[in-house]
Amino acid sequence: MSLLQVTNLSVYFHTRNGTLKAVDGVSFEVEPGKTFAIIGESGSGKTVACYSMLGLVPMPPGKIESGSVLFEDRDLLTLSEAELRKIRGKGISIIFQDPMTSLNPFLKIGDQLIEPLRLHFAISKKEAWQKGIEILEEVGIKNAAQRMHSWPFEFSGGMRQRVVIAMALVTEPKIIIADEPTTALDVTVQAQILKLLKELQVKRNIGVIFISHDLSVVADIADKMAVMQEGRFVEQGTRDAIFNNPQHDYTRKLLAAVPNSEKSAQENKAEQNLVEVEDLKIHFPSNKGEAPIKAVDDVSLHIKPNEILGLVGESGSGKSTLGRAIIRLLKLTAGKVSFDGQDISRLSAGEMKPLRRQMQIIFQDPYASLNPRMTVYNTLAEPLLLHKIVTKKELDNGVCSLMDSVGLARESILRYPHEFSGGQRQRIAIGRAIATKPAFIIADEPVSSLDVTIQAQILDLLLELVERFDLTMLFISHDLGVVRYLADRILVMKDGKLVESGSVHQVFSSPQEAYTQALLNAIPGKSLFTTESKGF
Amino acid sequence: MWRFVGLRTLQAIPVILTVITVTFFLVRAAPGGPFSSEKAVSDQVRAALEAQYRLDLPAYQQYFSYMADLFQGDFGPSFNFPSRSVNELIFQGFPVTLELGLYAMLIAVLIGIVAGVFASLKPNTLQDYMPMSLAMIGICMPSFLLGPVLVLVFGIWLDWLPVSGWGNSAGDKLLPSITLGAMYAAYIARLSRSGMLEVLSQDYLRTARAKGLPEYIVILKHALRGGLLPVVAYLGPAFAGLLSGSFVVETVFQIPGLGRFYVQAAFNRDYTMILGTTVFLATLIVVFNLLSDILSAWLNPRLRYQFRK
Repeated sequence: MSLLQVTNLSVYFHTRNGTLKAVDGVSFEVEPGKTFAIIGESGSGKTVACYSMLGLVPMPPGKIESGSVLFEDRDLLTLSEAELRKIRGKGISIIFQDPMTSLNPFLKIGDQLIEPLRLHFAISKKEAWQKGIEILEEVGIKNAAQRMHSWPFEFSGGMRQRVVIAMALVTEPKIIIADEPTTALDVTVQAQILKLLKELQVKRNIGVIFISHDLSVVADIADKMAVMQEGRFVEQGTRDAIFNNPQHDYTRKLLAAVPNSEKSAQENKAEQNLVEVEDLKIHFPSNKGEAPIKAVDDVSLHIKPNEILGLVGESGSGKSTLGRAIIRLLKLTAGKVSFDGQDISRLSAGEMKPLRRQMQIIFQDPYASLNPRMTVYNTLAEPLLLHKIVTKKELDNGVCSLMDSVGLARESILRYPHEFSGGQRQRIAIGRAIATKPAFIIADEPVSSLDVTIQAQILDLLLELVERFDLTMLFISHDLGVVRYLADRILVMKDGKLVESGSVHQVFSSPQEAYTQALLNAIPGKSLFTTESKGF
Repeated sequence: MWRFVGLRTLQAIPVILTVITVTFFLVRAAPGGPFSSEKAVSDQVRAALEAQYRLDLPAYQQYFSYMADLFQGDFGPSFNFPSRSVNELIFQGFPVTLELGLYAMLIAVLIGIVAGVFASLKPNTLQDYMPMSLAMIGICMPSFLLGPVLVLVFGIWLDWLPVSGWGNSAGDKLLPSITLGAMYAAYIARLSRSGMLEVLSQDYLRTARAKGLPEYIVILKHALRGGLLPVVAYLGPAFAGLLSGSFVVETVFQIPGLGRFYVQAAFNRDYTMILGTTVFLATLIVVFNLLSDILSAWLNPRLRYQFRK
């Protein structure tokens, strides 16, 4: 018998600009001990569908138009707020996406952890505290008794997510809604958290609704799944049925967008390196009396012309710092950086200026890195004029041809960044980077904040531009799948040091270092890679 | 923690020294002197007086002898009340000002926080606009206008409360406290509203609701602490402002507090009294700023953690 039965659920948002059908006639069931995954891109309505069952969607503007949600013989949609509160956190718990923001920074871990226990059960503080310690141990937090007295900021992201999971489990709920629970985590941590979730779920026979945009993750953990697009389930079934035999076009498009192929190896015959880095060190001062933070420690590398070098590592490994140091956006502590045969590590800002147009950077967050008060035209025209790429007369043509290169419609030339989607904004950022006709581009996680289909488009755009403009690229990413798709060669970085390098094929098929092996093992969606041979 | 307090105290010393020095020379730069009055005083008498108060010495010598006295905690004699020292006058007036300030603060904090939190719960509705418009009026309304208006309405028309005095008749402390606290209440209301609005959109409040907590616990336990941090940071400067800015209210309501002595001293060129009160109030301002910094640090676990190291 199913734990939860959702029938024909519709949630609309009535706003001044019209009605948005966030969830439109959705039906599914959740069974004990099983995982039902809802997959969809941002804005598809997957979160609204789940939160509206518990009355956690602000109403108005939201309104439940139709449907029923049966849980323990009651329709949740007809319950009063007070009755719903008795189910929230007790019968159905939620694990939220971002562990950095979903814990209250002003309350100790222990106090937050036992709060639902004390609320839903007649239990003394002492007993609840004891139970809190037990559950922390169960989710793999050492010294649990002591850690109960810690503040959230004393935990790393992965540890916080364990706390959030413990908090959801502490009342022994029947159902857990896991809302992108690993999206904000590093790949090895993600693998640990997913494994932990699965173990606990089986042990306690919990039904899980797993919301995600990441097909690879879902491929690992779902029993049944639904693909959501614009408020509707376009396809629903068992995991194997959907991955092996997708029926709907959108599902096929999603699956095709997962970067799961390897770039065919080409030998780079260039003799001279475009970029050379020798024994580079970047140290940041830390608190008094402590050793400085070695963000980059004795790194040497080279990049040949026309090469895409992938730099992978988890957060805090120093990969972004290394990238910025190479184009002298940071002060070098020691070591040497050469560009096109010239030692640039000691050049002054003035001496760097003519070289600046040769080297450009694309940042991760296209929302933050574009000036919100400048139109696309101004954003793209600025570098063209600054570096005297074109004269004033040719400016309009120059901007338009840039727009063409990055696949933006010319009509949108006078719009502001907020009028574009995430993918289009990243196109603007790429356009700005190639405006100066650079030889070398650093792409720092340029697709990490994008949906999978958009990500695929941007990756293809980058490949095309590298080919067309003879670019050399350092591609920084935490996503091994993306690097495998794009790069010729890979460097693996850990704690400021390079631990492994080699061609993509070498590193993926026979990793030498234990850390690289661990990283590769942690990649979700192995089943996806193997089904590749089945023909999609 | 003690390191932080010690460091901040050290930082305060140059601030207070600068205040003393600037005030010392400014009051002397102002035209007139303590003994220039309408009554003609013979030159001999004036010379004798100036000699007694060391006013015949060059300014820098006066300055150093004043500083020497100050380090022993002696603010010197008052020029205007010859038989009394500045210390006596300050400690006569200050308790009254302190009491008035405390009541005003209490009113400001209570009304301000309640109104601000109330407004933040339903932003951009009547529940938000009403208290916030009142707050805007409160900030714009000077106390020399609000005081007389309150006296007119509650003292004269309605005849509920006494029109002036301090501790002479029942309820005469209410109107001055409200008059003094109103502006600060308004400011605190705006601060708590914006602080709460920011916290209310945080993810951890969604977590709290998902636990099944009733809304009042979500607000009181999870939102308030973060939302009121800006208010706490403002409390120190606010209280210092209340104490040093109470002279208008003290004048309107005929209250024998420090502020009235301060204003009189300025009119009479009572050098030592002006300096004494300035130094005293400057020290208070510094102390209260320090206290509110410590309090905000204590409320923010991350800062508290750094202090412990």
